[in-house]
Amino acid sequence: MTVPAFFFYLFSSIAVASAFMVIAGRNPVHSVLWLILTFVNAAGLFLLIGAEFLAMILIVVYVGAVAVLFLFVVMMLDVDFAELRDGLLQYLPIGALVGLVFLVELVLVVGSWVVGAGVSGAITQPIPNPAQVTNTEAIGRVLYTTYVHYFQLAGLVLLVAMIGAIVLTLHHRVNVKRQNVSAQNARTRDTAIEVVKIKPGKGL
Amino acid sequence: MTLSSLMPVLPELIVVIGAMALLMFGVFKGDNSTPLVEFGALVVLAAALVAVLLQPAAPASLFGGSIVVDAFARFFKVLIIIGAAAALIMSAPFWRNHKLNRFEFSVIVLLSVAGMMVMVSARDLISLYLGIELMSLSLYVIAAIDRENVRSTEAGLKYFVLGALSSGMLLYGSSLIYGFTGTVSFTGIAAAAKTPSIGLIFGIVFLFAGLAFKVSAVPFHMWTPDVYEGAPTPVTAFFAAAPKVAAIALFCRVAVTSFPAIASQWQQIIVFVAIASMVLGAFAAIGQKNIKRLMAYSSIGHVGYALVGLAPGTEAGVSSVLIYMSIYLAMTLGTFACIIAMRRDGGQVEEIGELSGLARTQPVMAFILAALMFSLAGIPPLAGFFAKFYVFLAAIQGKFYVLAVIGVLASVVGAYYYLRIVKLMYIDEPVQRFLPMSRPVGAVMLLAGAFTILFFVYPAPLVAAANAAAKSLF
Repeated sequence: MTVPAFFFYLFSSIAVASAFMVIAGRNPVHSVLWLILTFVNAAGLFLLIGAEFLAMILIVVYVGAVAVLFLFVVMMLDVDFAELRDGLLQYLPIGALVGLVFLVELVLVVGSWVVGAGVSGAITQPIPNPAQVTNTEAIGRVLYTTYVHYFQLAGLVLLVAMIGAIVLTLHHRVNVKRQNVSAQNARTRDTAIEVVKIKPGKGL
Repeated sequence: MTLSSLMPVLPELIVVIGAMALLMFGVFKGDNSTPLVEFGALVVLAAALVAVLLQPAAPASLFGGSIVVDAFARFFKVLIIIGAAAALIMSAPFWRNHKLNRFEFSVIVLLSVAGMMVMVSARDLISLYLGIELMSLSLYVIAAIDRENVRSTEAGLKYFVLGALSSGMLLYGSSLIYGFTGTVSFTGIAAAAKTPSIGLIFGIVFLFAGLAFKVSAVPFHMWTPDVYEGAPTPVTAFFAAAPKVAAIALFCRVAVTSFPAIASQWQQIIVFVAIASMVLGAFAAIGQKNIKRLMAYSSIGHVGYALVGLAPGTEAGVSSVLIYMSIYLAMTLGTFACIIAMRRDGGQVEEIGELSGLARTQPVMAFILAALMFSLAGIPPLAGFFAKFYVFLAAIQGKFYVLAVIGVLASVVGAYYYLRIVKLMYIDEPVQRFLPMSRPVGAVMLLAGAFTILFFVYPAPLVAAANAAAKSLF
């Protein structure tokens, strides 16, 4: 067995096993940790097919941000997962149906390459030869040049999302103690410390 | 790329940079700065309007052809800016009366205007999607801006969930189209899509379903009445005006420039959607008691009429859509100015019955509202008649006789509920009068009313501009 094949089977078997553990785990925090393991193994699979940019993005975005966010949500919201799981059997047929649809779609994808026969001739943006540039470099060459306008627009969409989240959820409560940086910095030794002379045996 | 090569997108840059500057100003000055930010937003919009009007007539293409600034885009940018500015003008006194003091509203409206401007000049699927998302995301937020009010938050949530679903459909359609043509640019798609393949038709159906949601055409209209009713009235006025105009523009450009060779495929979709919207808009509005819900169904019907003009896919047809949307914009803004003016001591009223006997208590408002209602119903010599006249003419020239006949019949049914409001105002017994309307709202009402009533005197400039704009698509 060659080395790439060995790693393929290693990554894919761990990915499938940990994906199963995500739904089988009793503790939601464990589920999220298994999910992170799945992501890392999927990133390994991406590396094997030469898509190192996708692999790194998967680690940075999904493991670094999304999964950690999940962890926060799971730990902060008091969701009773045992109660949620009670209806599992009830939803099993629907889940099986969705699985079946996925299976049919996969078969269709593999079996119907000929549907788009003329497509490869119509490609307008030439794909760089993978032997010459890494795919990170290939993306980097167009992202801030040809596609700079998409990049900027995506930034605006995120700005709107940020403003929206603040507008709709931020409440200014009155009786909350807040950090006042200027007041902290303005403190001097005189205002912060009071020296009280106490005579022995008298107390305060 | 030099700075001067960015001149064609100067209006967008003005709006975006203006929005960010106002955002910073508002953040540092706090909510007391709301009136200043509102004023600043109007100044930004005015500057953008001037920039649009001063642009050279020759079409300019930017960013590898993903953005095109032609007469069509400029025509709609003017409409969008007018719609947004009118909504902003009317919203200021409304917020004041409702003790809602949020400077972010103006900023978000500006950002959504930027999204709409990208939409109307988009010439590939990625610009299209980014423009739509920028607009929609802003709209979801301002639907729920009155966050203490359950109806407003419900409207925002409903709009968000259904809007996200429709964006999903739109993206799925786009990916299919990309997959089967190998390109995202509209001209590239037109070159590749000479014969209809099943995958491409699937893509078109999903893409059009997503767009139909954004213009709230039947069968993707379900969200409209609830969102229009729940959102604060100036926000509803904005929803009914600018975004709808922008989405119709996008609809025209996508249909006409990307799929000219397989027009018979998408024409079926447009014909069905147009008929369904006109009929549902006419019948469902009859039973409505809330005037905002009524206007929601009315806007669904009007989208149907506008799509009648798109169905032939001809230059005259697109030109008629442009005329229709301009007149629709004026009528909608005028009507919503009247709805905002429906205010008593207890606050805003929205029941149609409250308009009873308005002709005796407030004759000017009653006269203008009656003119707008006659115009919405399409009765000559008001502007709404000419709008409908041009789209039906285009449909008949394109040999869509059944579509035109159903359209005329639906507008007869629709006339019933518009005229019922006129009857309420002029014949029924008066109830208590409304509080005097604020000056900006009155100004919008008078301008829109004057445009609607006097359009027939001198329609030539609008028709000429629409013809020139439509020509740039072909």
